[in-house]
Amino acid sequence: MPSYEIEIILNRQLADCLSIPVFITDTQGNLIFYNEPAEELLGQRFEETGEMPVEEWGTKFIPMDDNGTIIPPEKLPLVKTLRDCYPHHDTFWIKSIKGNKEKISVTAYPIIGRENKFLGAVAIFWKTKYNEN
Amino acid sequence: MKINLCGVRGSIPTTAPESQFYGGHTSCMLVSEDDDLLVLDAGSGIQAFNIKDIPRNKRVDVLLTHLHLDHIQGLGFFRPLFMPDMEVHIWGPTSTQSLHSRISRYLSPPLFPVLVRDLPCKLKLHEVGNGSFEIGHFTIQSSYVIHPGPTLGFRVKGNESVFTYIPDHEPALGRHGIIKDTRWTSGFDIALNADLIYHDGQYSDQEYPTRRGWGHSGFGDALQFAAITGAKHLLMGHHDPGRTDSQLTEMQAALKKNNSFAFNYEFAIEGKQFELR
Repeated sequence: MPSYEIEIILNRQLADCLSIPVFITDTQGNLIFYNEPAEELLGQRFEETGEMPVEEWGTKFIPMDDNGTIIPPEKLPLVKTLRDCYPHHDTFWIKSIKGNKEKISVTAYPIIGRENKFLGAVAIFWKTKYNEN
Repeated sequence: MKINLCGVRGSIPTTAPESQFYGGHTSCMLVSEDDDLLVLDAGSGIQAFNIKDIPRNKRVDVLLTHLHLDHIQGLGFFRPLFMPDMEVHIWGPTSTQSLHSRISRYLSPPLFPVLVRDLPCKLKLHEVGNGSFEIGHFTIQSSYVIHPGPTLGFRVKGNESVFTYIPDHEPALGRHGIIKDTRWTSGFDIALNADLIYHDGQYSDQEYPTRRGWGHSGFGDALQFAAITGAKHLLMGHHDPGRTDSQLTEMQAALKKNNSFAFNYEFAIEGKQFELR
């Protein structure tokens, strides 16, 4: 299996140094890396799960608006980025696999490589001060 | 495939007498087989290029890993560029500016008296990124690798052998060093099972932590990279310009004493030739 493009590798190396949860996907949305802070959200370790198909990791937490209504996938920043290759940002609630409810902000950006090629996307989860446990 | 190491010093040429055994010229290799000739990088080592090296087809291809000065400073002194009957192809990494524009920044006043457009040879420039292309009977695979600015590594496949050239490379950049999963190892695809790898080995493992992010490797990381990629033979080069012959010899002896690998490894020496079969 060929190696990832250098732009993807560098994003992983950066994510590995950050204390905020970072998810990296391929162009199809399959989760190819998540860092240690993201492991807390998923309740699993990357070393144990390895890469995860979009169908699997997409069910690890439930996104909701302030009224508790589930947000459809197409409204989520990462899904938007994968669709249009532009950055997106939003703030909403997520219910994690452990049942914790957290209000988070998500910034998603596309990885556009040197040859102007869309290589994948990064989603950064910023915790807000409105967390409920 | 014959490989002639014309320049193995990093960053800046050195003429210090105490560095002449390993050599003071910056990056350049001549790779030849049958009647095809490649020049890998155009550091000051390119001065070793001799007119008698010119193939019968009057074509020579210069492959630039990147355009840092120590890899292009010899370009203006490359004699085929000034020979009207020569066809010179220069291959370099794609960037936001054209290769012509970037080379012209060096080959123009006040840095150099001759403009690119005034070179009398038949000059052709090629921008490459991740991919493969053919030069004569050679198949070249190029891949971006970790180093500041757009930088390529090259895998040169000849009739019977493979030579991988990654003179400037920092695959260990990151929190935990080189990622062992080969899908996440910079340069892995172009180095896989090569008969000979020329790889960055500028720093000792003690020096590397204070130079992280400068784009180069410690000896230990170069060895680890070669082990991961299944190298048969590793040449560590891009020697630090301040390093003396005696220091390099001592460092190599210490490495050999403390590290055992299935492959052969050594520090590159300017002027040394290898023949791969």
